[in-house]
Amino acid sequence: MDQKREPKGQRVSGQDISEVFRGSAGGDHALKDRSSGKGIPQVSVPAFVAGEELADLADLDERIVVLTADLSSANRTIDFASRHPNRFFNLGVAEQNMVSVAAGMASTGLMPFVGTFAAYLALLACEQIRTDCAYTQMPVRLLAHHSGMSLGFYGTSHHALEDLGIMRAIAGMTVVCAADANQLRAILRLSLDWPGPMYIRLGRGRDPEVYPSVPDALTIGRAIRLRDGSDLAIITAGSEVRACVDAAESLAADGFSARVVDMHTIKPLDTDEIVAAATETGAVLTVEEHNRTGGLGSAVAEVLAEARIATRFARHGVPDEHVVLGPPAALYARYRLDSAGVESTARELLSS
Amino acid sequence: MTVETSAYPPGATTARPAYPPRGTTTRTELLERLRDRAKFVRLETVRLARIAGAGHFTSTFSAAELFASLYYAELRYRPHEPMWAERDRFVLSKGHAAIGLYPVLADVGFFHPDVLDNYTRLDSSFGDHPDMRKISGIDFSSGSLGHGLSVSVGMALSARVQGRGFRTYCMTGDGELAEGQIWEAAMAAGQFRLGSLICIVDRNQLSIDGRTEEIMGIEPLVSKFESFRWKVQRIDGHDCDAILDAFDALDREAEGPPQVIIADTLKGRGVLRMEGDVAWHVGKLEGADYDDVIAEIQGGLAPLTTGSSIG
Repeated sequence: MDQKREPKGQRVSGQDISEVFRGSAGGDHALKDRSSGKGIPQVSVPAFVAGEELADLADLDERIVVLTADLSSANRTIDFASRHPNRFFNLGVAEQNMVSVAAGMASTGLMPFVGTFAAYLALLACEQIRTDCAYTQMPVRLLAHHSGMSLGFYGTSHHALEDLGIMRAIAGMTVVCAADANQLRAILRLSLDWPGPMYIRLGRGRDPEVYPSVPDALTIGRAIRLRDGSDLAIITAGSEVRACVDAAESLAADGFSARVVDMHTIKPLDTDEIVAAATETGAVLTVEEHNRTGGLGSAVAEVLAEARIATRFARHGVPDEHVVLGPPAALYARYRLDSAGVESTARELLSS
Repeated sequence: MTVETSAYPPGATTARPAYPPRGTTTRTELLERLRDRAKFVRLETVRLARIAGAGHFTSTFSAAELFASLYYAELRYRPHEPMWAERDRFVLSKGHAAIGLYPVLADVGFFHPDVLDNYTRLDSSFGDHPDMRKISGIDFSSGSLGHGLSVSVGMALSARVQGRGFRTYCMTGDGELAEGQIWEAAMAAGQFRLGSLICIVDRNQLSIDGRTEEIMGIEPLVSKFESFRWKVQRIDGHDCDAILDAFDALDREAEGPPQVIIADTLKGRGVLRMEGDVAWHVGKLEGADYDDVIAEIQGGLAPLTTGSSIG
């Protein structure tokens, strides 16, 4: 299967992203507001929407089944279970089995969505994902929630700061990050027509809003330029997008023009947008809730090096350590992954 | 690409065709045929292993009667319509026995036997472990032990979701039962009451380093599976008559206990020098030895030697 897409960044130059992405959710999978029977929510709700969205999609698509490993309340796949009980399977605390079960289901023509903590998909069930989903090109969708260090004081056992590095090294795997609930809805809709397996990296379901409505124009493999800028390009994804947008606002107040690129698809990577970021601004900062090794920053560095682009460049992420304990917000501040931290990191790069 | 992409009709239910697909032959004729095809499995294994330079002889010999009974008397499939949605699924969880399965798939018509002459050579579709994307008739890729039963659970659940009547057969090794994922899958199959799931354990007594009970004991298998809410049969896995009886004794209800046939076998069975010998897990046959082995297999199963046992 040819997963190559002509990489081309969506040129969104305006600063008010709400205007850019406002619009109806088109196509066959339009979100239904069951209370009123019309319209779509214009704001992201601070909870996981995957269960509800998949329940809507499953009304129209017979292939969809949902699996979880004793986390149906935590990830709200219970919202799917309540509407499609015969297409929902709770496999108990047995993630490796769950992934292989999903692969077996996919081989018969179903499209399984598998939800559990990112740590237990990408790390615990890594080999099942490689061998049973990627090698076989089964259309299994891995909903890897609570990625990064978003489980805070639950500690390293529950953190996934390595998952992007692992997943993007697997041949035939598509890797996508959702920044907020609306982007997740768009990704889920797009996934129905995407070949092969897909790793969908999610936060903890309380992600601050980036997209005020479902971004219908989303294309897998094409980055979204949320904000244009000429002094610096911040390339980010998933849980860090909001912080980067806010940091760019602060920098603008000081006269620095920072571009912000939502590189929602880590694989296949939008190389054109990366090259444009470097050549048009002369300074690239990658920001991710991930170990600095192996993730988005590494992927961007590979592109820049092979394109022989000499530019100021910094990878901002979690240092190569198992992070200290603390509530998520405190951890983001500690590791400078909140907007203030991103802003100060950007200033360091700008002054280098 | 062997993935089914066509949507099935919502709510479709298909009555299970006549069962089992054993033709009109008498039992005696059928058993004769199965023994002959088991011989064929061993002969082809020896031939293909020579092409590769090495092969999993013994793990395949222990399963020869099981392969023959499955493909010539039990499974429902259409070689000329390999993606037939109602076909029974067969997952070879002990993927290293694929060398004995490929010739059967060719023999029943999934592909031309000549393509096996390139077995394991550069860019061949046929490697030591089976690839569903390259080989017609392979329902799922395998090779990493412990995965196949989970995959089979998924297939059996799909039959329920899609309202289909197919059954899913999974063959595991015995050393493989040390994999924890097997028991996760066994637990799930019991929980979901997957009566259409049949696991066949090739209980050939040996894993790579020695006797399973000395390396990592898996017994008592009957009570172990029963405690996971499975219906259990235990048979002589080299006795085609017993294998057919076990198939006939399977419950036909899609919702009920999952079913396991523990087939007591002998690793390397059919070639005296290999029987019960761990050194032959991966082996190589050359020169006169090759000819001797061919002749021995053609003679059929000899009585067990002193010290060897089934079960």
